[in-house]
Amino acid sequence: MSQPVELPSEIKVGNVIDEGHSLASVSDKIAGIVLKRKTTFGWIVGLLISFAVLQSLMAAATMLFVKGVGVWGINIPVGWGFAIVNFVWWIGIGHAGTLISAILLLLNQSWRNAINRFAEAMTLFAVMCAGMFPVLHTGRPWLAYWLLPYPNTMDLWPQMRSPLLWDVFAVSTYLTISAVFWFVGLIPDLATLRDTSKKRWQQVLFGALALGWRSSARHWQRYEKASLLLAGLATPLVVSVHTVVSFDFAVSMIPGWHTTIFPPYFVAGAIYSGFGMVLTLMIPVRKFYGLEDIITMRHLNNMAKVTLATGMIVSYGYALEAFFGYYSGDMYEKYMILNRMTGPYAPFYWCLILCNMITPQFLWSKKIRTNPLILWIISIIVNIGMWLERFVIVVTSLHRDFLPSSWSMYWPTVWDWATYIGTIGLFMTLIFLFVRVLPIITIFELRMLLPGARVKEPVAR
Amino acid sequence: MSSHSTLDVHPLYGIMAEFATAGELVAAARKTHEAGFRKFDAYTPVPLHELDDAMDLHDNRVSLFTLIGAILGGSGGFTLASWISAKALPLNIGGRPLISIPMFIPVTFECTILIAGLTAAISMIMLNGLPLPYHPVFNVERFGAASKSKFFLCIETDDPKFDHAATVKFLESLNPEEVAEVAR
Repeated sequence: MSQPVELPSEIKVGNVIDEGHSLASVSDKIAGIVLKRKTTFGWIVGLLISFAVLQSLMAAATMLFVKGVGVWGINIPVGWGFAIVNFVWWIGIGHAGTLISAILLLLNQSWRNAINRFAEAMTLFAVMCAGMFPVLHTGRPWLAYWLLPYPNTMDLWPQMRSPLLWDVFAVSTYLTISAVFWFVGLIPDLATLRDTSKKRWQQVLFGALALGWRSSARHWQRYEKASLLLAGLATPLVVSVHTVVSFDFAVSMIPGWHTTIFPPYFVAGAIYSGFGMVLTLMIPVRKFYGLEDIITMRHLNNMAKVTLATGMIVSYGYALEAFFGYYSGDMYEKYMILNRMTGPYAPFYWCLILCNMITPQFLWSKKIRTNPLILWIISIIVNIGMWLERFVIVVTSLHRDFLPSSWSMYWPTVWDWATYIGTIGLFMTLIFLFVRVLPIITIFELRMLLPGARVKEPVAR
Repeated sequence: MSSHSTLDVHPLYGIMAEFATAGELVAAARKTHEAGFRKFDAYTPVPLHELDDAMDLHDNRVSLFTLIGAILGGSGGFTLASWISAKALPLNIGGRPLISIPMFIPVTFECTILIAGLTAAISMIMLNGLPLPYHPVFNVERFGAASKSKFFLCIETDDPKFDHAATVKFLESLNPEEVAEVAR
């Protein structure tokens, strides 16, 4: 059954899956990573380091609960500091996962099949990290349920016209639908793990999680329909989530925030940073798990192209922001953009331009797009650039208020940093656990790419 | 291949044939359907859209339920926003309308997606009769390969056309790799 994979000849960077794989070989390879591979020393060290870093979130959160939000660097006028910067950063990272799992599914881009599960897991974990920040920012997280509309003895209800409430709905819907989509995608693979495993406890565990999936054609028919519907629903959802996040800014009256370009510019930025993070995680994973035959050069090349394209949209956004400020004729808008470029936070702004406008230009070269090491370094720069972008947007617009008497500076404290770095620890801990206990590649979708999944009926009717 | 057990000794769920390729399974499923069998199922490691046609599968209830979920979610979200803003806690801010439709769109939209997405997943799982802790097909030793690389077709005893010897013979005529009895 190991016929060569048929693909159009114009693809020069390589195939979506290496030749020589069969239905059985891909199933055994990916399931084997979970079931047979020994827990390596490198994995244990990685998990321990991530878990240690996670403890800084514990420390910072404890400090916050004991002392209140005063331990952070926020002040008046800069009431939105690291909490919002990191919230937007994390949620943006999540968006690439949904783009890969939903939008590329609708567009029939079968190369996504190999990276879809991992990217979706990344979405889920990134949204968990993102959700942490607004809840901590309330200062009294044990009362966070006040954000939800529920009948209460105070006879109070949330303000349905506030973008912050829209955020509650958008982010919680996003987390729920991402988790559901991810689990639905896992069901057939959990069945494969159940049937491959030789150990009783694994068979029981994976069998229970697979809900008794038995690969029935009658089930597959409904399954495919539900997957397509979920993809169709997740596609507008992912666009809406970052649009609502950008409304947090755009619906306000602050110079530099009150612009109509924010929603598309934020969505493009989210996908840009998300693909950056997918590359950051995927390049080491494919190396350490020997998956070069399944996550091929073609995948890296395609992801780099998406990064370049969305990077160009983001660059266009920066150019337009500057133009709007200049052309508005509004004193505050003009001053805002001038202050961004030449004020006390100017180094941040120019670093951001370097990271997000200049660096992606290297991706025009196919040599660089197919060099994993350089691509990995560029992806790290993209992540840093997008973090700087959110910092610049949040801080430079706020710290010069309308009245010079209320002008101030914002600098994060050690607790701000501890919270932020702690969420990176949380993210990495979850990623390490995920690559150990679940198939990191959607096995059944990988099988769909193989010639063995193509129907050639032997007898003509 | 040959069967020694009879219906009286072992309660039988059905007869299962194993095929090496997707093409053979689709051809077998088509012939089984054409032969008049209705209570049978194909088992495949990859979704095969050709089977929908061969087995005459067109269950659109998942789509229908999802649409209903979307309508309920959307109208529920809008009603919630309107009821809170106009009835439960009306705030008159500069004489602006209490029901301000554009401002309710995000909540309406998110509720639509949330309920529709949950309905799609839950209705798929429920219509498939999952979760199901036990199913007879797993009694066939080689059936584990159905989630990896092999293709199976099982004709169930519940089918009115089912006749033990004739069904085994029919399945053997479809060029299977193996035919096995499925204990209940």
